Amino acid sequence: MSSNYEERENSYGFEREYERAMPGRGGSRRMQRRKICRFCMEKVDLIDFKDVRLLQSYIPERGKILPRRISGACAAHQRMLAEAIKRARNIALLPYAAD
Amino acid sequence: MAEKRTYEVVFIIDPGASDDEVMRLSEAVQKIITGQGGTITKTEVMGKRQLAYEINHKKDGTYVLLEVEGSGAEIAELERRMRVNDQILRYMTIRVDEDRRRADKLKDRRARKAARRNVAKNKSSGASAGSKARSESESDEA
Repeated sequence: MSSNYEERENSYGFEREYERAMPGRGGSRRMQRRKICRFCMEKVDLIDFKDVRLLQSYIPERGKILPRRISGACAAHQRMLAEAIKRARNIALLPYAAD
Repeated sequence: MAEKRTYEVVFIIDPGASDDEVMRLSEAVQKIITGQGGTITKTEVMGKRQLAYEINHKKDGTYVLLEVEGSGAEIAELERRMRVNDQILRYMTIRVDEDRRRADKLKDRRARKAARRNVAKNKSSGASAGSKARSESESDEA
Protein backbone atom coordinates (compact mmCIF):
# COMPACT_ATOMS: atom_id res chain seq x y z
CA MET A 1 0.00 0.00 0.00
CA SER A 2 2.74 2.43 0.84
CA SER A 3 4.27 1.84 -2.56
CA ASN A 4 1.06 3.03 -4.20
CA TYR A 5 1.18 6.21 -2.29
CA GLU A 6 4.72 6.88 -3.32
CA GLU A 7 3.90 6.29 -6.94
CA ARG A 8 0.98 8.66 -7.02
CA GLU A 9 2.44 11.28 -4.82
CA ASN A 10 4.08 13.14 -7.64
CA SER A 11 1.04 13.32 -9.86
CA TYR A 12 -1.42 14.64 -7.28
CA GLY A 13 0.86 16.70 -5.19
CA PHE A 14 -1.02 18.77 -2.70
CA GLU A 15 -4.23 16.83 -2.93
CA ARG A 16 -2.67 13.50 -2.16
CA GLU A 17 -1.04 14.82 0.97
CA TYR A 18 -4.33 16.22 2.05
CA GLU A 19 -6.08 12.92 1.61
CA ARG A 20 -3.61 11.20 3.82
CA ALA A 21 -4.67 13.42 6.67
CA MET A 22 -8.40 13.01 6.01
CA PRO A 23 -9.22 9.70 4.35
CA GLY A 24 -11.84 9.93 1.66
CA ARG A 25 -12.13 9.31 -2.02
CA GLY A 26 -12.26 11.86 -4.75
CA GLY A 27 -10.68 14.96 -3.31
CA SER A 28 -12.74 17.14 -5.59
CA ARG A 29 -14.07 19.20 -2.73
CA ARG A 30 -11.45 20.62 -0.43
CA MET A 31 -12.12 21.63 3.14
CA GLN A 32 -15.38 23.54 3.47
CA ARG A 33 -15.20 27.24 4.10
CA ARG A 34 -15.73 28.03 7.72
CA LYS A 35 -19.31 29.24 7.53
CA ILE A 36 -20.64 31.05 10.52
CA CYS A 37 -23.90 29.77 11.94
CA ARG A 38 -26.55 32.21 10.87
CA PHE A 39 -28.64 31.51 13.92
CA CYS A 40 -25.76 32.12 16.27
CA MET A 41 -25.15 35.47 14.62
CA GLU A 42 -28.77 36.49 15.01
CA LYS A 43 -28.84 34.99 18.49
CA VAL A 44 -31.92 32.89 17.86
CA ASP A 45 -32.97 30.76 20.80
CA LEU A 46 -36.08 29.09 19.47
CA ILE A 47 -36.81 27.96 15.96
CA ASP A 48 -40.54 27.88 15.55
CA PHE A 49 -42.03 25.17 13.39
CA LYS A 50 -44.73 27.59 12.26
CA ASP A 51 -42.21 29.89 10.63
CA VAL A 52 -42.58 28.31 7.21
CA ARG A 53 -40.71 30.97 5.31
CA LEU A 54 -37.60 30.54 7.40
CA LEU A 55 -37.74 26.78 7.22
CA GLN A 56 -38.34 26.72 3.51
CA SER A 57 -34.87 28.06 2.81
CA TYR A 58 -33.50 24.88 4.36
CA ILE A 59 -35.38 22.35 2.28
CA PRO A 60 -34.53 22.47 -1.43
CA GLU A 61 -36.91 21.29 -4.13
CA ARG A 62 -36.93 17.61 -3.23
CA GLY A 63 -38.01 18.49 0.30
CA LYS A 64 -34.99 16.99 2.04
CA ILE A 65 -33.40 18.71 5.00
CA LEU A 66 -30.11 20.37 4.11
CA PRO A 67 -27.10 18.84 5.82
CA ARG A 68 -25.11 20.88 8.24
CA ARG A 69 -22.10 21.34 6.02
CA ILE A 70 -24.28 23.09 3.46
CA SER A 71 -26.64 24.97 5.72
CA GLY A 72 -23.73 26.23 7.80
CA ALA A 73 -25.59 25.93 11.07
CA CYS A 74 -23.88 24.91 14.26
CA ALA A 75 -24.74 21.57 15.82
CA ALA A 76 -27.28 22.80 18.34
CA HIS A 77 -29.11 24.94 15.82
CA GLN A 78 -29.08 22.22 13.22
CA ARG A 79 -30.82 19.94 15.66
CA MET A 80 -33.42 22.62 16.44
CA LEU A 81 -33.89 23.23 12.77
CA ALA A 82 -34.34 19.56 11.96
CA GLU A 83 -36.85 19.13 14.74
CA ALA A 84 -38.82 22.16 13.60
CA ILE A 85 -38.85 20.92 10.01
CA LYS A 86 -40.07 17.50 11.09
CA ARG A 87 -42.86 19.04 13.12
CA ALA A 88 -43.88 21.25 10.24
CA ARG A 89 -43.96 18.23 7.97
CA ASN A 90 -46.18 16.45 10.43
CA ILE A 91 -48.74 19.23 10.36
CA ALA A 92 -48.56 19.58 6.56
CA LEU A 93 -46.85 22.96 6.51
CA LEU A 94 -43.91 21.46 4.68
CA PRO A 95 -43.89 18.48 2.34
CA TYR A 96 -42.27 15.19 3.12
CA ALA A 97 -41.13 14.68 -0.43
CA ALA A 98 -41.80 17.13 -3.20
CA ASP A 99 -41.44 16.16 -6.81
CA MET B 1 -51.36 19.21 40.54
CA ALA B 2 -47.80 20.33 40.01
CA GLU B 3 -46.83 23.41 38.08
CA LYS B 4 -48.65 24.23 34.91
CA ARG B 5 -47.28 23.06 31.64
CA THR B 6 -47.68 25.04 28.48
CA TYR B 7 -48.73 23.30 25.31
CA GLU B 8 -49.26 24.45 21.78
CA VAL B 9 -52.08 22.74 19.95
CA VAL B 10 -52.42 23.08 16.22
CA PHE B 11 -55.23 21.45 14.36
CA ILE B 12 -56.50 21.48 10.82
CA ILE B 13 -60.18 21.79 10.05
CA ASP B 14 -61.88 20.48 6.94
CA PRO B 15 -61.86 23.12 4.18
CA GLY B 16 -65.54 22.60 3.52
CA ALA B 17 -66.48 24.12 6.86
CA SER B 18 -67.76 27.69 6.75
CA ASP B 19 -66.31 30.48 8.84
CA ASP B 20 -68.78 30.29 11.69
CA GLU B 21 -68.46 26.55 11.77
CA VAL B 22 -64.77 27.08 12.26
CA MET B 23 -65.51 29.51 15.10
CA ARG B 24 -67.94 27.10 16.68
CA LEU B 25 -65.52 24.25 16.46
CA SER B 26 -62.64 26.17 17.97
CA GLU B 27 -64.89 27.42 20.74
CA ALA B 28 -66.04 23.90 21.46
CA VAL B 29 -62.44 22.81 21.68
CA GLN B 30 -61.67 25.65 24.04
CA LYS B 31 -64.62 24.71 26.18
CA ILE B 32 -63.30 21.18 26.47
CA ILE B 33 -60.09 22.52 27.86
CA THR B 34 -61.58 25.04 30.26
CA GLY B 35 -64.12 22.47 31.37
CA GLN B 36 -61.27 20.25 32.44
CA GLY B 37 -59.58 23.01 34.35
CA GLY B 38 -57.02 24.27 31.89
CA THR B 39 -56.55 27.81 30.71
CA ILE B 40 -56.23 29.08 27.18
CA THR B 41 -53.51 31.64 26.77
CA LYS B 42 -53.75 32.34 23.09
CA THR B 43 -56.03 31.56 20.19
CA GLU B 44 -55.22 32.18 16.61
CA VAL B 45 -57.04 31.13 13.52
CA MET B 46 -54.21 30.91 11.06
CA GLY B 47 -56.62 30.85 8.18
CA LYS B 48 -57.02 28.66 5.18
CA ARG B 49 -53.77 27.41 3.78
CA GLN B 50 -52.80 24.98 1.15
CA LEU B 51 -51.56 21.75 2.60
CA ALA B 52 -48.15 20.53 1.61
CA TYR B 53 -49.64 17.12 0.85
CA GLU B 54 -53.13 15.71 0.66
CA ILE B 55 -54.80 14.59 3.83
CA ASN B 56 -57.90 12.48 3.30
CA HIS B 57 -57.91 13.65 -0.32
CA LYS B 58 -58.18 17.28 0.74
CA LYS B 59 -55.76 19.85 -0.58
CA ASP B 60 -56.28 22.72 1.84
CA GLY B 61 -57.59 23.35 5.30
CA THR B 62 -58.07 25.90 8.02
CA TYR B 63 -55.39 25.99 10.66
CA VAL B 64 -56.15 26.90 14.25
CA LEU B 65 -53.55 27.41 16.91
CA LEU B 66 -54.20 27.32 20.63
CA GLU B 67 -51.90 27.81 23.51
CA VAL B 68 -53.02 25.88 26.55
CA GLU B 69 -51.85 25.83 30.12
CA GLY B 70 -52.67 22.78 32.08
CA SER B 71 -51.56 19.32 32.97
CA GLY B 72 -51.35 16.30 30.76
CA ALA B 73 -54.83 15.06 31.62
CA GLU B 74 -56.55 17.90 29.79
CA ILE B 75 -54.46 17.33 26.72
CA ALA B 76 -55.21 13.62 26.74
CA GLU B 77 -58.93 14.34 26.90
CA LEU B 78 -58.64 16.98 24.19
CA GLU B 79 -56.82 14.67 21.86
CA ARG B 80 -59.37 11.96 22.42
CA ARG B 81 -62.17 14.31 21.43
CA MET B 82 -60.29 15.61 18.44
CA ARG B 83 -59.62 12.14 17.20
CA VAL B 84 -63.33 11.39 17.27
CA ASN B 85 -64.36 14.56 15.50
CA ASP B 86 -64.61 14.11 11.75
CA GLN B 87 -64.08 17.73 10.87
CA ILE B 88 -60.64 17.87 12.42
CA LEU B 89 -58.25 16.39 9.90
CA ARG B 90 -55.09 16.46 11.92
CA TYR B 91 -53.88 17.78 15.24
CA MET B 92 -50.55 18.19 16.91
CA THR B 93 -49.76 18.99 20.52
CA ILE B 94 -46.36 20.20 21.55
CA ARG B 95 -45.09 20.92 24.99
CA VAL B 96 -43.34 24.29 24.91
CA ASP B 97 -42.73 25.40 28.46
CA GLU B 98 -39.36 23.70 28.78
CA ASP B 99 -38.11 25.04 25.46
CA ARG B 100 -39.24 28.52 26.34
CA ARG B 101 -37.66 28.35 29.75
CA ARG B 102 -34.38 27.27 28.22
CA ALA B 103 -34.57 30.04 25.62
CA ASP B 104 -35.24 32.63 28.28
CA LYS B 105 -32.35 31.36 30.33
CA LEU B 106 -30.02 31.63 27.36
CA LYS B 107 -31.22 35.11 26.66
CA ASP B 108 -30.73 36.17 30.26
CA ARG B 109 -27.29 34.68 30.33
CA ARG B 110 -26.37 36.49 27.17
CA ALA B 111 -27.70 39.81 28.46
CA ARG B 112 -25.83 39.42 31.69
CA LYS B 113 -22.63 38.59 29.87
CA ALA B 114 -23.04 41.59 27.60
CA ALA B 115 -23.67 43.88 30.54
CA ARG B 116 -20.62 42.53 32.35
CA ARG B 117 -18.48 42.96 29.28
CA ASN B 118 -19.65 46.51 28.81
CA VAL B 119 -18.92 47.40 32.41
CA ALA B 120 -15.40 46.03 32.03
CA LYS B 121 -14.95 47.88 28.79
CA ASN B 122 -16.04 51.12 30.38
CA LYS B 123 -13.71 50.66 33.29
CA SER B 124 -10.73 50.02 31.05
CA SER B 125 -11.45 52.80 28.57
CA GLY B 126 -12.25 55.42 31.17
CA ALA B 127 -15.96 55.63 31.68
CA SER B 128 -17.99 58.31 30.02
CA ALA B 129 -21.70 58.94 30.15
CA GLY B 130 -22.11 58.21 26.44
CA SER B 131 -20.77 54.67 26.50
CA LYS B 132 -22.72 53.82 29.63
CA ALA B 133 -25.93 54.88 27.95
CA ARG B 134 -25.07 52.80 24.93
CA SER B 135 -24.50 49.66 27.01
CA GLU B 136 -27.84 50.15 28.74
CA SER B 137 -29.66 50.42 25.48
CA GLU B 138 -27.89 47.29 24.22
CA SER B 139 -29.02 45.22 27.16
CA ASP B 140 -32.54 46.54 26.70
CA GLU B 141 -32.56 45.38 23.13
CA ALA B 142 -31.48 41.85 24.01
